[in-house]
Amino acid sequence: MSTTAIDSQIMWNRLIAVVEEQAMTLIRTAFSTSVREAGDLSAGLFDRRGRMMAQAVTGTPGHVNAMAESVLHFVAEIGRDNVFEGDVYITNDPWQGTGHLHDITVVSPAFHKGVHVGFFACTAHVVDIGGRGFGPDANEVYEEGLLLPIMKLAERGQVSDVLIKLIRANVREPDQVVGDIYSLAACNEAGDRRLQDMMAEFKIDHLEDLSDFIIDTSRKATRKHIAALPAGSYENEMWVDGYDAPVQMKVRLTVEGDRLVADFDGTSGLSKFGVNVPMVYTRAYACYGLKCAIAPEVPNNTGSLEPFEITAPEGSILNAARPAPVAVRHVLGHLVPDVVLGALHHCIPEIVPAEGASALWNIQISARASDPRSGKRNAEVLMFNSGGTGARPGRDGLSATAFPSGVSTMSVEATEHVGPIVVWRKDLREGSGGAGKHRGGLGQTIEIEAREGYEFFFNAMFDRIRYPARGRDGGGCGGAGSVELDDGEVLKGKGRQKVPSGKRLVLRLPGGGGYGAPSQRPREQVRSDIAAGYITAEQAKADYGLADDQER
Amino acid sequence: MAEDSIRVGVDIGGTFTDVALEHPGGLSTIKVLTNYSQPEQAILDGIHKAAEAAGVAMATIGQVIHGTTLVTNALIERRGARLAFITTEGFRDVVEMRTENRFEQYDLNLELPKPLVARPDRFTVNERVAADGSVLLPLDAGEVEQLVRRVVEGGYDAVAVGLIHAYANDVHERQIEAALRAAKPEMSVSISSVISPQMREFQRFNTVIANAYVQPQVADYLGRLVSRLREQGVSAPVFMMHSGGGLISVETASEQPVRLLESGPAGGAIYAADFALAHGLDKVLSFDMGGTTAKICLIEEGTPKTANTFEVARTYRFKKGSGMPVSTPVVEMVEIGAGGGSIAHIDTMGQIRVGPRSAGSEPGPACYQRGGEEPTVTDANLLLGRLDPDNFAGGAIPLSSANSEAAVDRRLGGDTELSTRDAAFGVTEMVDENMANAARVHTVENGRDIETFTMIAFGGGAPLHACRLCEKLGIGALIIPPGAGVGSAIGFLKAPFSYEASRGFFQRLSDFDPDAVNEVLAALEEEARAFVTAGAGARETTAKLTVFMRYSGQGSEIPVVLPYRAFTAEDRSLLAEAFEAAYTTLFGRVIDGLTIEITNWSLTVMSLLPAVQKAGRHFTGLPLPNGKTRRFYDAGLRQMVTAAEVERSAIGPGESVAGPAVVVEAETSTIVTSAYSVTGQGDGALLLQRKDVGQ
Repeated sequence: MSTTAIDSQIMWNRLIAVVEEQAMTLIRTAFSTSVREAGDLSAGLFDRRGRMMAQAVTGTPGHVNAMAESVLHFVAEIGRDNVFEGDVYITNDPWQGTGHLHDITVVSPAFHKGVHVGFFACTAHVVDIGGRGFGPDANEVYEEGLLLPIMKLAERGQVSDVLIKLIRANVREPDQVVGDIYSLAACNEAGDRRLQDMMAEFKIDHLEDLSDFIIDTSRKATRKHIAALPAGSYENEMWVDGYDAPVQMKVRLTVEGDRLVADFDGTSGLSKFGVNVPMVYTRAYACYGLKCAIAPEVPNNTGSLEPFEITAPEGSILNAARPAPVAVRHVLGHLVPDVVLGALHHCIPEIVPAEGASALWNIQISARASDPRSGKRNAEVLMFNSGGTGARPGRDGLSATAFPSGVSTMSVEATEHVGPIVVWRKDLREGSGGAGKHRGGLGQTIEIEAREGYEFFFNAMFDRIRYPARGRDGGGCGGAGSVELDDGEVLKGKGRQKVPSGKRLVLRLPGGGGYGAPSQRPREQVRSDIAAGYITAEQAKADYGLADDQER
Repeated sequence: MAEDSIRVGVDIGGTFTDVALEHPGGLSTIKVLTNYSQPEQAILDGIHKAAEAAGVAMATIGQVIHGTTLVTNALIERRGARLAFITTEGFRDVVEMRTENRFEQYDLNLELPKPLVARPDRFTVNERVAADGSVLLPLDAGEVEQLVRRVVEGGYDAVAVGLIHAYANDVHERQIEAALRAAKPEMSVSISSVISPQMREFQRFNTVIANAYVQPQVADYLGRLVSRLREQGVSAPVFMMHSGGGLISVETASEQPVRLLESGPAGGAIYAADFALAHGLDKVLSFDMGGTTAKICLIEEGTPKTANTFEVARTYRFKKGSGMPVSTPVVEMVEIGAGGGSIAHIDTMGQIRVGPRSAGSEPGPACYQRGGEEPTVTDANLLLGRLDPDNFAGGAIPLSSANSEAAVDRRLGGDTELSTRDAAFGVTEMVDENMANAARVHTVENGRDIETFTMIAFGGGAPLHACRLCEKLGIGALIIPPGAGVGSAIGFLKAPFSYEASRGFFQRLSDFDPDAVNEVLAALEEEARAFVTAGAGARETTAKLTVFMRYSGQGSEIPVVLPYRAFTAEDRSLLAEAFEAAYTTLFGRVIDGLTIEITNWSLTVMSLLPAVQKAGRHFTGLPLPNGKTRRFYDAGLRQMVTAAEVERSAIGPGESVAGPAVVVEAETSTIVTSAYSVTGQGDGALLLQRKDVGQ
């Protein structure tokens, strides 16, 4: 090794900073709440063959593998001879992008000294894409909104007015959606400027050698981690609520030398509703779960993702084919890591956590004047909320924290400025963490009411109501979720529903599963959990076997 | 008799307490070790020594200006008051649930920082104010009475009160405060509508809690400090440096200690800003590198950039999101875990990584010979010839190259088959790269072009790295000011009296209400002016209005500076234009068809400072005769070069040395790479210029 090796390291480091800057540009300029507040985005650099060289750490795992695959589709579809300086490509095809129509992927070729050297790509969740609006109720993808096949948004710097017009005419918030598309293109440009600087500084004319170095090094490191796992075949299955019928997810992990295969054979078939998951998204979350446990420190790129081979039978709910509805594919997608980690637990015990709430409890609220003639302004409000994570082998689970998703919640005060609603409660849900030597994370309770003169509709996309998060190694289940009105009326976990004026919607988010037998939890921890109200005195007796004389 | 011309600045840092005493004869500076159990003792000792050196009597000192890291340390080490927190029913867990996000995506064993107030100590009360400030659920006097009784019986030292939307209407917080004071007058009470009246409950609650947490001990300490000073014959008023880069009275500081958090770094930024003014530089990037971290700040028109939220006490590799958010005015710094003590290692992919783990001062880098076995940035610098082993810290610490070599070979050689020198180069280059990336991202986020900036570098490690950093950033000019070792303390002496009053007050431009706005502004001015007058007396003042605006639907605001005067309905277009101009600077475009809204209003009142004396600037100079030489590794050239070694005191105004060169002084060394030359300035600063600039 010589200083050239150091240079390659420095450039790799630089590229990670470049794509981070690309992502930050997008976060700061985007309109979509889920991008800005929640980091529902992705940004990366690819070589001219479409191999991913670097990806921003900012962003959510759902896009990790998905975008890596997506650029290969662009390379094939556009054709190498059709790539010009100043071009910008676009798609939101769920099967060629990142799994649903709301995610728009924009790819821009990078040129250095007039020669095509690679691509910048980024993805963001836009506020609207037409159709029925964001929700699971469609029966075919056609009802879910406008689909843009892979095509040129701009050729040689000239933006396609036809395409922009078409998009504007088909979405509910044309200014914001088109604004976001320009943000996507601009963030690729920001990345490109930094790439040019780097290539000039290090006097390189192409990225192929650097790409080989990054990808080979990462592949080797990942394969080494896999090879260290005990060979064998490991299985797991998990039931979740689904939309109209419960869904069984099954996986078989096979470790053989430095190969790792996850096969979802035996998983339930398609739903009639938009909870189906395209293969790209299943692969993304399966890979994320495995990578967290096996090779967390290897940066994301083609080399570090490739060793994870993920398959699911076509026609299963985890490999939905066109034209299945897929709008809320994130609900089941977020539950995929629990499935693979459960199998991995049989391979490497004492590493993976218990099951958690996992699927976000996002809620889209449409506030409407109770009297349409009152002239009161309608408003759309989006909230991101998380239940508890599963307990870890050496630690309690995290309360009200997103996993596997990488999102953040928004301030209640800011939310109440967006629309005429009052959030009366958003606090920890006492007693909802699964019992165990290590306790599952607590869910949370949320109470929402429309302000006087308003009522509201909401799109439920909630899971773990019928099937709670299971504990591991003797740990108990986390509390199951519930959706009710404050008068006790039980509402559905999925689909559009109304909350009349004067009534409060009460959401109880699921808790995470416990880890290890509750009897092994140190008594002083059980007592301090009672004092803090994390568990009730009754639970301490029933679940933890705390005797009356031990209470104090 | 106290004299206005004699002033002393004191900065308490983690290791040293720095004193800078300004007197008609010049500036006298002293470093003494920080005394943790009695911080005021080190101050008195330092002032004594400085006064002695300057030949002035203690009694003649006219002003004492103080900044300290003790407040930050109390938060990091969690040494604070036993605290109760009172909040709105339904929001007991805001400070525990945080952002519901994991700041590190791939760590299955992640731990989130624990709140300063544990759940049993968080009390709730039935009440509710709406976003528009109207009361949805009034406070029940009987319930308050019961609650206050529980808190008093709980034996707490301090209470923080944070209610939902209290920035918009403080009526319930005031009622609770009054009830607490009536029940127990000596109890320390902090309310969020005073400490941090800004929208966003997690940040505001956390800020008021942090304030209450440190209030009793800070008030105690400042009280002791003032009385000890009086005993020593110093009757001068004592002022405190606040995070926003200005001075407040010791009384204000005792009530709002959370405003002192970043006082040291703010002093450093003011110090750099003073040189920016003296050298007539509009656009400056200050770079401060110590043993553990490096800090970067943008200074434009002689004013450090400020923000209204920052994060303290990060618990996870300095990672954003792993600390406590605090919403008070602050000089905006980017801080990364890169300093002389940062430890290098090889990761699982065989790549060199540096920091954020630091060897600190104990055991310190391997070359210190105090038992440190891991290779640090300082070890790498030594191996690359950038440090003189016999003249480090003025010869106080003899350095062992053999130890550095052994540490580098042991931890970084091995599987990577790197030579010692390549590994050392990898370490310094990686750390320079990390700092350059942080600086670049920061300027880009602010819509600035970094190549048009001048760097001002200070702090022990900065002169070693600054020139290479400029090469990486495309910066053509770099200033190394004199006295950089006690920069913050000197900066205190250059700061104005100032107070930034801010208020969350939501306005859509489409229904802009000038009367309501003017009312808020008048209240802000009254508040800010009262604090400034307390220190500045009748001095002339100026006021600056910054509002935080966004397009409706966006989640984060951008700061927009507006003329400060009464607004009329016609000003709607002025506001829109100012926003669009600021938006274009940051993001390169505007978006048509969207409503614009204002969330926060912030008014800074500050005293006017005397004009800064201009430094004599020299861009070219007479070359100094060749003398001593020394070899160091020039990172840009990837090779060892023979460099001139010059004493800093030997470079007079208008004298130059062409790089490669090493300028040595007692506190540190300045590396001038082959691409730069160095010229002495009228004020004793060094100006490094890229050779292709100005030719």
